[in-house]
Amino acid sequence: MYKLWATIQKDARILIRDKVGLILMFGMPIVLVLVVTSIQNSTFELVNKNKIPLLVCNRDTGNISLDLIEAIDKIGMFKLEQVSSDQSEKLITDRMHTKDALLAIVIPANFSSKISDRAKKMAGKALSTFGLEGDTITTTTASVDPLTLYYHPILQESHRHSIQGALYSALQLVESKQVLKTLYFSIVEKQLPDTLEKEMLNNKFDINEITITINGSRSVPNASQHNVPAWTIFAMFFVVISLGGSIVREKLSGSFIRLKSLPTNYYVALLSKQITYLAVTLLQAAVIFGIGVWLFPYIGLPVLNLPADISGLFFVSLICGWCAVSYAMCIGVFAQTQEQANGFGAVSIVILAAIGGLMVPSFAMPESFKTVMKLSPLHWCLEAYYGLFLEGGKLKDVFMNIIPLFIITVLLQLLTLLGLKMKKLI
Amino acid sequence: MNPLAINIENLGFSYPGQENMFFSHLNLKIAAGERFGLFGPNGAGKTTLIKLMTGLLSFHKGSIQISGNEIKKQNRSVKKLFGFIPQDFSFYEELTPAENLEFFGAWSGLTKQEIRKRTTELLDMLGLADVRNKQVHKFSSGMKRRVNLAIGVIHKPEILFLDEPTVGVDVQTRYAIINYLKELNKNGTTLIYTSHQLSEAEGLCEKIALMDEGKIIVHDDLDKLLSEYRQEGLEGLFLKLTSKEYRNV
Repeated sequence: MYKLWATIQKDARILIRDKVGLILMFGMPIVLVLVVTSIQNSTFELVNKNKIPLLVCNRDTGNISLDLIEAIDKIGMFKLEQVSSDQSEKLITDRMHTKDALLAIVIPANFSSKISDRAKKMAGKALSTFGLEGDTITTTTASVDPLTLYYHPILQESHRHSIQGALYSALQLVESKQVLKTLYFSIVEKQLPDTLEKEMLNNKFDINEITITINGSRSVPNASQHNVPAWTIFAMFFVVISLGGSIVREKLSGSFIRLKSLPTNYYVALLSKQITYLAVTLLQAAVIFGIGVWLFPYIGLPVLNLPADISGLFFVSLICGWCAVSYAMCIGVFAQTQEQANGFGAVSIVILAAIGGLMVPSFAMPESFKTVMKLSPLHWCLEAYYGLFLEGGKLKDVFMNIIPLFIITVLLQLLTLLGLKMKKLI
Repeated sequence: MNPLAINIENLGFSYPGQENMFFSHLNLKIAAGERFGLFGPNGAGKTTLIKLMTGLLSFHKGSIQISGNEIKKQNRSVKKLFGFIPQDFSFYEELTPAENLEFFGAWSGLTKQEIRKRTTELLDMLGLADVRNKQVHKFSSGMKRRVNLAIGVIHKPEILFLDEPTVGVDVQTRYAIINYLKELNKNGTTLIYTSHQLSEAEGLCEKIALMDEGKIIVHDDLDKLLSEYRQEGLEGLFLKLTSKEYRNV
């Protein structure tokens, strides 16, 4: 037992004195989690809270285009700026190049009359199905010139789609209003009263958003809930740089020759490294979660809500840490040089993180990747953490994610021992 | 004759992938308490033989006994009997001498109290007491050699294997190390030494073996061999028995 304790002390001392290793293991993940959460949070706020600047060039002279502008404004997503109707396309796009606006919409000259014609046709069709005949039935309808939407390439596809959806709904509202007005006039031969118009068109149906959780809580996950667990896992697996490198250094240095000549099995050294670095991974998790809970609110980021099952969180962190340490040892045993261990270790972690769903959500992955994804230990770590952080689950609820993680860990341990035997290191 | 510290009989060994045996029927006996030198040109087999005696390599045929214990059968208990000082610095440069001794002492099977006592003794004896808490990477080559030596003898081994223990050090450090080794030998430690520093070896070793191409060419008292081959020093004897040609190994 004293041998193990002396070895743990030795490993801990070497670790503490390795300033670069400490920065990589603690500094880098902290910066990463702060940066990524801030960016994702600002993206979330851009879409949900901030208004996207939108230039409106209205070449139409009718009232319907004004209704459309009002409807777009009411969506609440955009900060409208009307530009003169004779503004050329080049002037509009030039302003967008300077990022005055990310979007611009051009309403064509005959927009109101075309929409009005279309509404009359629709109303006429509706009346004929009721067995009535309106004046509008004979109206010939020309197709409506499309609205032109300019967007800055900085806008991601997902944003563009949500913007398009919002604009379609505004357009739909204006067109429906016109059809309704025409129908009313055809039947009652009076203008639609303002009060009725407002009541019919503004009586929007609310959507009540409810997050499905295991514990029945109704808290809405924020950017911190998504990012902190993901980047904590990334940090844990990044011990490969320090631990893998330490094993390679020991293998290549004279100290390994001396260790082999002493009456102690190298398993003690392996056990010590696992205990030391497992403590490091748990400390990483504690530091990053602590930052999420206590620092984030002070720097304007959403607070990280820890799961109710703290012992479950500890156990999941423990098994994730053990898997990370096992992976690092395996790399350290098979790498021939420290450069190999660092290079392969770092790149492989980024790849495993990408296919494991840390960078792109697993539900958004192509089908072909969903099988590969299951081979990444980082995927199972993330699933287990999300079960606790996002779904409010307990340890028993994430057990099915822990089992594959445990199997991968045992396989990595066996591979490490096999590597040591093959290289006659034990 | 003293009891045998080392008894090698009919040793057969080859490196993986090698068709011919590197050692075939090699025999060597070293009595307890001797100051024994193993010499030969590069590739002669000195380091391989030391690695076999210290259990770093395993052999195919024959037997190696350390103080009467078969190394293959009692690997763990035999390893407690000897100390090994490799040519490379074999410690952790990030640690201090005291921390290195604490770790390697524990791996040598000593208790915490024994380690504490021996650490103070050794650091005093080897002139490292005032730097006991400084990290070794800040040390000169000579100081590192002394740390290397201290680690190898922390558990007071019966037999001490030394592979080039003074390479790259100044005259003062070499003198101090050789004197310390003689002192250890006076207290009963068998020294098994190999080096290319033949003048240094002459002052230390009483008995020598010369190796070449995996074979022991001669093995006897140094004085006896010098007079038998009419040579004034070990270097002359070495060149006479192993030729003056380059060895490309």
